[in-house]
Amino acid sequence: MKTWIARQKALIDFTLSSLARRKLKNLGLLLVYTVIVFLLASVMLYTHALRHEAAQVLKNSPEVIVQRMVAGRHDLIPPGYLEKLGRIRGVQNKEGRLWGYFYDNVVSANYTLMAPSPEEHGFGRVADGTIVIGAAVARERGLVPGNLISFRSYTGKLFVFTVAAVLPHEAELVSADLLLLSEADFRAFFEISAGYYNDIALSVANPQEVRNIAGKISETLPDARIILREEVLRTYESIFNWREGIVLVLLSGSILAFTIFAWEKASGLSAEEKREIGILKAIGWETGDVLKMKLWEGALVSLTAFLLGYVVAYFHVFHFSAALFEPVLKGWSVLYPRFELVPVVDGFQIATLFFFTVFPYTVATIVPIWRAAITDPDAVMRG
Amino acid sequence: MLFQPAIIALLLASAVSVLMLAAATPYAWQLVRRWDIASGSELQLVLERRTYLMSTVLTFVFATQLVALLLFVFNADKMAVMFVGAMCAVGTLNANAYGFPALLAQIAVFFMAAVWLVLNHADSRAYDYPLVRVKYRLLMGILPFVLLAFVLQLLYFLNLKADIITSCCGSLFSSDAQTLVSDASALPPQQGLWLFYSALLTVIAVAVLHARKLRAAYIVAAASAAAFVAALTGILSFVSLYVYEHPHHHCPFCLLKPEYDYQGYWLYLPLFAATAAGLGVGAIQPFARVPSLAAVVPQMSRRLAWIAALGFAFFTVVATFMVVNSNLILLKD
Repeated sequence: MKTWIARQKALIDFTLSSLARRKLKNLGLLLVYTVIVFLLASVMLYTHALRHEAAQVLKNSPEVIVQRMVAGRHDLIPPGYLEKLGRIRGVQNKEGRLWGYFYDNVVSANYTLMAPSPEEHGFGRVADGTIVIGAAVARERGLVPGNLISFRSYTGKLFVFTVAAVLPHEAELVSADLLLLSEADFRAFFEISAGYYNDIALSVANPQEVRNIAGKISETLPDARIILREEVLRTYESIFNWREGIVLVLLSGSILAFTIFAWEKASGLSAEEKREIGILKAIGWETGDVLKMKLWEGALVSLTAFLLGYVVAYFHVFHFSAALFEPVLKGWSVLYPRFELVPVVDGFQIATLFFFTVFPYTVATIVPIWRAAITDPDAVMRG
Repeated sequence: MLFQPAIIALLLASAVSVLMLAAATPYAWQLVRRWDIASGSELQLVLERRTYLMSTVLTFVFATQLVALLLFVFNADKMAVMFVGAMCAVGTLNANAYGFPALLAQIAVFFMAAVWLVLNHADSRAYDYPLVRVKYRLLMGILPFVLLAFVLQLLYFLNLKADIITSCCGSLFSSDAQTLVSDASALPPQQGLWLFYSALLTVIAVAVLHARKLRAAYIVAAASAAAFVAALTGILSFVSLYVYEHPHHHCPFCLLKPEYDYQGYWLYLPLFAATAAGLGVGAIQPFARVPSLAAVVPQMSRRLAWIAALGFAFFTVVATFMVVNSNLILLKD
């Protein structure tokens, strides 16, 4: 074992000095390799972080949401529905929710208005006449707590609210465009009569019960559309994976180009390199040794490029908000939340990335490396 | 569901492996037919040179297969969130008829690749390539399995549709369902324990015996294969119960999940390594009489037997530790 390690060390040592002797050629390869790893790693890190974020956000959302459908469209829940649902075993809590969208001409953006239940956010009950706003709204309209803000509702009436607080920046991904107001204000603003709700949220403690409960609800309320949290989660997962996959497939052209480039680089040995191999074999190296040396060369280049590319991608995604891929992967909106993604590094992703970069590189270089290794010493030195 | 990075990676690895092996097969055939170490002809020289390429390519392909197996299970586990009712790899693999066959084929390829690599290593240690013919015949034998694994994987992923209801480990491994795996899990813990420990202690004893006295090589291989099955049966029948501290949760994959601190890796990695080493002991034994391998085979099989013995011992200790450390009381004495 010890001699084996010593042998590999000597080979690595030789390989490194041999690489250093042809700096320009190898730096070119390293650069292209690093860029490829960087591109793919950025896509992967970014989508993974988004997926993670979505899962975190949904963790606190209700397990089941019941909406009422009229002629296939989402409609208000009329009075009596909550009672009709009755007591379903396994449901810990059920409540009617009030929320809606409002288009603001001033910033040409849509707000999400909500009348929260008191325990739902950290501000306690929102008093009548006041409003709690999301960070992006505050930014766009230049508002601080204490300011007044007025909206002309869909009925044409003017409503004035006092800004009670701005929602914390950490929650911006979900609350960028959010306005929280009291239930009375909400009903007055949208003219929704008492007893009506937008939808019903149910919380269920045991995840295995969720589907049974959904089945029971659809029996009691045939006109209801039931949305499960796990389904939303699954859809997000699928969509992000799909987007990631599509971008990777689009980038496969560049992987292919890189593979051909690697093949060319590895098979186009300069006269000097050929001479070097010839001399090595003349002084007693075996074909297997040359092969090993060349494989070490590939491994060292791959490892360096992989680490460099991955680290650069990490900074690109988590410190420069993935400026290159944002528009494709994130989607857009006028009041887009500004958010820093939580760095998530996943071993599974690294393994996948490895298959997309190092694997094709190795496949492309095996045959050229072998060609180089079987070079005849006398043929080279005579020529 | 092809547009998932890990699926693309797995299929890519699998397809490239098949292509490389297929490309190597005509050369392998030529090697098997025309190889003559005593000859100094130009063809023999070409063939000798080609063996370098072949063994590099094959080592690479087989190493890829080993990693791909891990990635496959990991991916199945990760995808569970996309299927209704699936909570871990069992649900995902069960999403269509090809999931478990693909996994089994991948495991079979894993062990064949490991045996081939052992033979290749022995061959490269001798000066006259005594195993060239054996190696390349074997290669042609492995190709159909690699192809099968690829086709099964492709069918599995092509037929995978998110959202369909799949049975999760809770129902599949419950004792009512009459499938092969549930039969194993239906083995009562008492018998499972007995089978588990007797098979593992046997294989450890035989492997140590072989490592010290160089006897019973084929028995080591057979005992390793048997211990592999017994170990999986044991995991299904009682180890998993103790880990999950739940008398009806038999899933062998949930062990790999972060909720259980990735404990499964401590079990499966040594188990697979030890089984592969044990099979290797048997695989090189027929060539102990080849003159150029006379010194190599005993040394290698000794080393492999130690790896097998230590691997199985480690596995047993870890499993026992899990059982002892658990709060579940399954058997009253």
